[in-house]
Amino acid sequence: MAALNIKKGSSSHSAYDLRDPHAQVESSHTLAVLVDNEAGVLARVIGLFSGRGYNIDSLTVAEVDHKGHRSRITIVTRGSLAVIDQIKAQLGRIVPVHEVHDLTVEGRAVERELALFKVAGTGEKRVEALRLADIFRASVVDSTLESFVFEITGTPEKIDAFADLMRPLGLIDVARTGVAALSRGV
Amino acid sequence: MSRAMTGAKMVVQALKDQGVEVVFGYPGGAVLPIYDEIFQQNDIKHVLVRHEQGAVHMAEGYARSTGKPGVVLVTSGPGATNAVTGLVDALMDSIPLVVFTGQVPTFMIGTDGFQEADTVGITRPCTKHNWLVKDTDKLAETIHQAFHVATSGRPGPVLIDIPKDVQFATGGYTGPKQARTDHYQPKVKGDIEAITKLVDLMETAERPIFYTGGGVINSGPGASQLLRELVDATGFPITSTLMGLGAYPASGKSWLGMLGMHGLYEANLAMHDCDLMINIGARFDDRITGRIADFSPQSKKAHIDIDASSINKVIHVDLPILGDVGHVLEDLLKVWKARGRKVNKPALDAWWGKIAGWKARNCLAYAPSTTTIKPQYALERLEALTKGRDRYITTEVGQHQMWAAQFLSFEAPNRWMTSGGLGTMGYGLPASIGVQVAHPDALVINVAGEASWLMNMQEMGTAVQFRAPVKQFILNNERLGMVRQWQQLLHGERYSQSWSEALPDFVKLAEAFGCKGIQCSDPAKLDDAIQEMLDYDGPVIFDCLVEKHENCFPMIPSGKPHNEMILGDAETEGAIGAKGAVLV
Ligand SMILES: Cc1ncc(C[n+]2csc(CCOP(=O)(O)OP(=O)(O)O)c2C)c(N)n1
Ligand SMILES: [Mg+2]
Repeated sequence: MAALNIKKGSSSHSAYDLRDPHAQVESSHTLAVLVDNEAGVLARVIGLFSGRGYNIDSLTVAEVDHKGHRSRITIVTRGSLAVIDQIKAQLGRIVPVHEVHDLTVEGRAVERELALFKVAGTGEKRVEALRLADIFRASVVDSTLESFVFEITGTPEKIDAFADLMRPLGLIDVARTGVAALSRGV
Repeated sequence: MSRAMTGAKMVVQALKDQGVEVVFGYPGGAVLPIYDEIFQQNDIKHVLVRHEQGAVHMAEGYARSTGKPGVVLVTSGPGATNAVTGLVDALMDSIPLVVFTGQVPTFMIGTDGFQEADTVGITRPCTKHNWLVKDTDKLAETIHQAFHVATSGRPGPVLIDIPKDVQFATGGYTGPKQARTDHYQPKVKGDIEAITKLVDLMETAERPIFYTGGGVINSGPGASQLLRELVDATGFPITSTLMGLGAYPASGKSWLGMLGMHGLYEANLAMHDCDLMINIGARFDDRITGRIADFSPQSKKAHIDIDASSINKVIHVDLPILGDVGHVLEDLLKVWKARGRKVNKPALDAWWGKIAGWKARNCLAYAPSTTTIKPQYALERLEALTKGRDRYITTEVGQHQMWAAQFLSFEAPNRWMTSGGLGTMGYGLPASIGVQVAHPDALVINVAGEASWLMNMQEMGTAVQFRAPVKQFILNNERLGMVRQWQQLLHGERYSQSWSEALPDFVKLAEAFGCKGIQCSDPAKLDDAIQEMLDYDGPVIFDCLVEKHENCFPMIPSGKPHNEMILGDAETEGAIGAKGAVLV
């Protein structure tokens, strides 16, 4: 008696292989999630991402409507389209979540991040840092004889580029806020 | 208008206003004020369990068999952590529960106080939603919202953590009608265009199948009624997941039996070969789909579900319909009837012909024995001897659970309570008590494995105390049978730790608990023994000594597609490949 139709060595593609990262191209999506600003709501959102194995590239949160106790969470995440759809549906299921917007697919959005850079150096390097900061429209918010703190606002790409330039010029510390984003137009 | 009362009194008042009749619970320091209120009233019955996990499973049994939310009350710290397994079980199977936990007083939170645990933190991923209430004025509204959330949309467990000072303090009580629930209103009506699209597909489909799940049961008895009407009017075959059994009657002429890993040959092959799959309230669980890449390769798939995150999660579907099963079926029937009740009759006849061929394979056949009780035989006899009675079945987890699903037939919804998603051994005994509390005069049987049953056997004390005449029908193979089966098929017959050693004498155990014990090992005496169990007016522990090495077939080994099923008479050597072996 032979096993019914069992092909020896046939490979398996079960539910467990669903998140094969090579199965589909990943893209970055910026999600705006409007939530009730109640205790634990951020933990719910973060727990969803860690529990289900989704990526978070950046996350910002603040109350945007003090009267209505609404907060806006902006999440930059990566995944195949199917995974992004799943993330949105899972977010939508959280009880205090009111709206989930995928700013990446809902039309072009304005995305901005603020960063502070501490650059230490003297002489030629210090002058060069100041000159580049000027080109990037970064402003000096603190200065000693051997250091600057620059404040810069822009897209995450612009901030990355600025960081790359500052590194050889004595970059010693960076603080970034993560992305805040709004859709364009009305 | 609000009335002033203590937080503890509010809990009891809110339960009354929500129509709650019974609470399953266990007291402790952090809930003493609530227990004091329970003592001073008679409207709400309290069932004292023996372990908090038992309380949650009882509430699940209660909820599943009535359609009403189950209510649990436990203390802080260990009371709450003991409840966690039950919460996840209810979350996976979409069972509405409202669980109350006591907490250390607000001013002690964060100090590692005695019996303090971060209950809302621990249970956040184990519940549909949870709340820590720090203000007595907000307590009543929170409780009413909790009932709303637990029972609306896709049902699930919710938890309310109440610090002891909030229970003692006085605040304003408001009734259910004043509670704000508008922020959580899942959509129940399906998109009529999508529904019409589905009717298009149904009119021309050559090999259609209904694939139904627990969502039909959760949608209420009306949904099951509509499903029956739809199935019988179209003449399409229907199969169901473990969770959906009873929504369509097993005696119905279109019934193919359960599908999935231990589902019927005809059901799985029909799923594999269909050209239109209509998923109604099921979620393409891995126990159902087998290997994703080969899942029903030729079919167009429609999926009716109230939870948007279930749609396209595992299987990409062609036609999603977001909404409540009852509402969608009502519209679907309307549109289909209005358009002349069309089906592709000749193709459908040929389809049924093909299915008849699969049915003839008789996939549940097993080798009978006159010397040992085969577990399948025990269930066939239980079925025959309880036929026609309004019977409620719960199960534990393992081979016996799958055999129960295969060999018992369910004619109505809410009669079958089993741990599907989480597969929790220890579920069945407490669940049977919860069912019996809800239906005091009904016949309630827990089909159990000896190993699972031991996991929550302390609840026999609860059954005896509350005169719940539950019948514990233990298919005792002295093995962790399902584990043993996998070790046989997958691990070279190395039976690592899958023996049930040092088992108690179940008859003596029954006597020790103050109930009746019956043991049977002879197939010839089985009928009389079962009858004795059924006739006894009180709880019974039935130790049914069955064949120790029986395997549960059919079986789709993990990682295999539907059409690569192993049947009872097949060679099982090497049935599960190396890649399948990593799956559970
Ligand atoms: C709490 C828990 N622990 C472990 C398992 C893994 N498991 C699944 S079935 C099974 C054996 C069950 O044995 P028994 O209750 O005797 O049922 P049988 O399979 O023998 O019918 C085990 C250990 C589980 N499902 N639940
Ligand atoms: Mg066993």
